[in-house]
Amino acid sequence: MFDFLHKYASPRNFYDFAGILIPWLAGVTVVLLAIGLYQGLFLAPPDYQQGQSVRIMFIHVPAAWMSMFVYMVLAGAGAVGLIWHLKLAEMTAAAAAPIGASFTFLALVTGSLWGKPMWGTWWAWDARLTSELILLFLYLGFMALQAAIDDPKRAARAGALLALIGVVNIPVIHFSVQWWNTLHQPASVSSIAKIGAPAIHPSLLWPLLIMAIAFTVFFAVVLLMRLRAEILHRERYTHWVAERIKS
Amino acid sequence: MKPRHKKLIAVSGGVTLLVVAGLLVLNAFRSNLVYFRSPTEILSGEVSTQGVLRLGGMVDKGSVKKIPDSLKVEFKVTDFQKCITVRYEGILPDLFREGQGVITQGRLQPDKVFVADQVLAKHDEKYMPPEVANSLKGKAGPKSACETSL
Repeated sequence: MFDFLHKYASPRNFYDFAGILIPWLAGVTVVLLAIGLYQGLFLAPPDYQQGQSVRIMFIHVPAAWMSMFVYMVLAGAGAVGLIWHLKLAEMTAAAAAPIGASFTFLALVTGSLWGKPMWGTWWAWDARLTSELILLFLYLGFMALQAAIDDPKRAARAGALLALIGVVNIPVIHFSVQWWNTLHQPASVSSIAKIGAPAIHPSLLWPLLIMAIAFTVFFAVVLLMRLRAEILHRERYTHWVAERIKS
Repeated sequence: MKPRHKKLIAVSGGVTLLVVAGLLVLNAFRSNLVYFRSPTEILSGEVSTQGVLRLGGMVDKGSVKKIPDSLKVEFKVTDFQKCITVRYEGILPDLFREGQGVITQGRLQPDKVFVADQVLAKHDEKYMPPEVANSLKGKAGPKSACETSL
């Protein structure tokens, strides 16, 4: 199985494979984003309490979900890189970090914009908001660590260790609204108790789920594009890159 | 055992240990991570009422009194066991209404009135269009928790 992995996860083969995949996934992203945004911004009804401000949710919630999902991808890739020395995994971790940081930033900013009219404050040091802010710092710390070490192998090892230690923050973010009294409301969708009976009306839930899938595919597209750039950069002295550049 | 397997065990074991340790630490800090206190906790003396604290609960139905020609407002916050009267002067958030969750920050006066310098509305996890909310109305509980059961 590892021979198989080593053959197809070789940076060179993956570079070509990603090149084929990107246009298709990009098309899916555009279609899903168009449907999701149209449904969310025009078709979905206003909320009985929040009025039109509820529409911020269609960006905020998928961004917050992605901020945690991307971190798990980052930590997972870091672990694979540590254990199997798979170059592609190390590059995946490096390529994913700035995307995850952007999603985290987006979640924090949209949450803040929603918080001012709804709660009455831009920011509160409650457990959910604080742990999400720590996630942003983890991403930034990972990126800084990668940039500070010149040797890519050592940079990948140090980054992977930091990413794995930071995994402890992910369940804290998710369960913070259940464990502690927070200003942030409890989970409406991703709670086990609410399967089959989500606290969101279907007319608001569907656009949210479409946007969540759109964000996931968007992440895949950007990750593949960044990975291709990363592969070219790290393999810049090899023959095959020289061939690709010429043609 | 191959070194690769050793590393696999080290990484997965390390992450598991870290997560467990982290959760234990957070559990120990549980009460310190609480963003607000309930009226029962405050009135029973479970928490120190010295200095600034945050009081959270429901705005009791029918308890909001606005003082005309001013931004002063008075209402009762309840956790359906105890009630605390809150005085506040300022602009209330959009979501502030009777029967909704609220978090106020301020000081408890000796006469057990809570003087707030900040009022935040707490949103719940329910999202629905107005028509659905209207059809659900009438299922709500007793009018005022502070007047009836206490």
